[in-house]
Amino acid sequence: MLNTQGRPTAAGEAAAITHATFTGNRALQQSEPLLFEIGRAETTGVDLPDVPAHTPRLGGLARKGAIGLVGLSEPETMRHYVRLSQRNYGIDTGLFPLGSCTMKHNPRLNEAMARLPGFADVHPLQPQSTVQGAVALMEMLSHWLMTLTGMPAVALSPKAGAHGELCGMMAIKAAIAARGEAATRTVVLVPDSAHGTNPATAALIGFSVRPVPAGPDGTVHVDEVKKRLGPDVAAIMLTNPNTCGLFEPDIVRIAAAMHEAGAYFYCDGANFNAIVGKTRPGDLGIDAMHINLHKTFSTPHGGGGPGAGPVVLSERLAAYAPVPFIRRDGDRLALVEDTAGSAAFGRMTAFHGQMGMYVRAMAYMLSHGADGMRQASEDAVLNANYIKAGLADLMSQPFGDRPCMHEALFDDEWLKGTGVTTLDFAKAMIDEGYHPMTMYFPLVVHGAMLIEPTESESRASLDLFIMTLRDLAIAVRSGKTERFTGAPYHAPVRRMDETRAARQPVLKWTAPAPAQAAE
Amino acid sequence: MIRFSKDHEYIRVDGDIGTVGITDYAQSQLGDVVFVDLPPVGKTLEAGAEAAVVESVKAASEVYAPVAGAVVAVNEALTSNPGAINESAMDEGWFLKLKIADTAALDGLMNQDEYDAYLKSIS
Repeated sequence: MLNTQGRPTAAGEAAAITHATFTGNRALQQSEPLLFEIGRAETTGVDLPDVPAHTPRLGGLARKGAIGLVGLSEPETMRHYVRLSQRNYGIDTGLFPLGSCTMKHNPRLNEAMARLPGFADVHPLQPQSTVQGAVALMEMLSHWLMTLTGMPAVALSPKAGAHGELCGMMAIKAAIAARGEAATRTVVLVPDSAHGTNPATAALIGFSVRPVPAGPDGTVHVDEVKKRLGPDVAAIMLTNPNTCGLFEPDIVRIAAAMHEAGAYFYCDGANFNAIVGKTRPGDLGIDAMHINLHKTFSTPHGGGGPGAGPVVLSERLAAYAPVPFIRRDGDRLALVEDTAGSAAFGRMTAFHGQMGMYVRAMAYMLSHGADGMRQASEDAVLNANYIKAGLADLMSQPFGDRPCMHEALFDDEWLKGTGVTTLDFAKAMIDEGYHPMTMYFPLVVHGAMLIEPTESESRASLDLFIMTLRDLAIAVRSGKTERFTGAPYHAPVRRMDETRAARQPVLKWTAPAPAQAAE
Repeated sequence: MIRFSKDHEYIRVDGDIGTVGITDYAQSQLGDVVFVDLPPVGKTLEAGAEAAVVESVKAASEVYAPVAGAVVAVNEALTSNPGAINESAMDEGWFLKLKIADTAALDGLMNQDEYDAYLKSIS
């Protein structure tokens, strides 16, 4: 039908036909080549003055050949990076259900606070008397972290979760060495549902790893731990709630068994968001735990900003905490940088850590308050259970239909015989505009799909997500496999050949050979 | 003679030399193998010790020595063509040959019928 201007108002018969475009773009989603493919040697976006006559002082090290950097005009440069940024998917774009990653909203108030000149424009080499406010914020953050965890000491400086693990395990190693048992206590127990960084951390500092199998209910049983305990065991590294989204019910008994055997208890705090204000790790018998400020305390995560992984320590480990730490003398605060005269095992970073993340985390804590943080944890758990309940009749759960903590775990039992795998299902979610959940992790669950919505999502957002996954699950069950096996269909880049990418990786760009002149 | 471990490894025995690899079931679970790390020839392994590492697009796993012994040969061809494990896990895709310390230890492993029954019980 034509309107009065003779313009068609509905798509014609060709609407369903998909075809490749001449440019390779998919509508206004722009395809973007590398800078080296669009730049030219003769172009530049800036005018630089000619180099004046001078005597070279590089001692013969001056560059001799051209390095082949290309130039682009300002609009070309700007478009390149804007187009790349539009290819990005983040928590600012949509729901990001990556389990064990706590991709929660980064409140804009945090950003405003982090940009205050007294926090943003300070330098670590300034005299400490000129940055007393910044150090006071670090002291306040330390106080809040110790209060929330019920632990007497904290090392703020580690820069990410795995770095925090390393810090905690180095404190344990130092404590064992101080007892004269460095040569005999060489084993670290790690459940087989652990984050891969746990055994990697233990191995990196010279421990050997002894795996502890999870029970059929997905949790670690104290009897299995005791069987593997001995005078050679230095510590256990346990995540709570664990990577199956379950609270470890034996955790207090495990802590007691470790301490009785003369060993320490490291807790991976990646999933702390589920229990803030509900349980204090210190009360559970934990000796060391890292806290991901970029997960639990809403600082940017995954390309959006650097991580920060402060570590809280028990009385037994506090003396071995790395420098720097804060010392208060009346009204004056000092960062103690020297290990002399203390048992500190050394230092983790050149300076004090990620100041900008401290400010953002503190802004989150103060704006929510103790009650608000407890509610955030409750809402995170409620949201995960809402998703679980919304999908439980269509998708299978490895440990039965029972309440979870902050993340809902499904396996691929329900996909058996359908010709659709967990990977195919995840790719079809991309077509629907969702970043997939964590897949094939934890390793103890076959074809795992681990969904963590966090407290950021509204009920409407959760409902749409559930309805989308239900629609996909019904399509699987009614045999519409082509929607999955070829997905993603609508993404700018289609399915990757992961095998070839891993077997024959292309790690370096090389200029294409110049075109041959026509004969 | 061939024996199997609960970790889905096989050892094909000829005299006191055992050829170790992962079973067809193991390769199907791993998916496309992209990398293999083999031990040096001459290395002595305790039973259950980590002998090699196999990495697929999905996961990295250890391959354990099913019985104690010394490594007398490794399948170098896997380094450039790890896909052989997917195509022929039981033959071309072998990992290493062990000089078995004590062949009596093989009795602790499963024979073909027992392994087939074990596969049925876990699937």
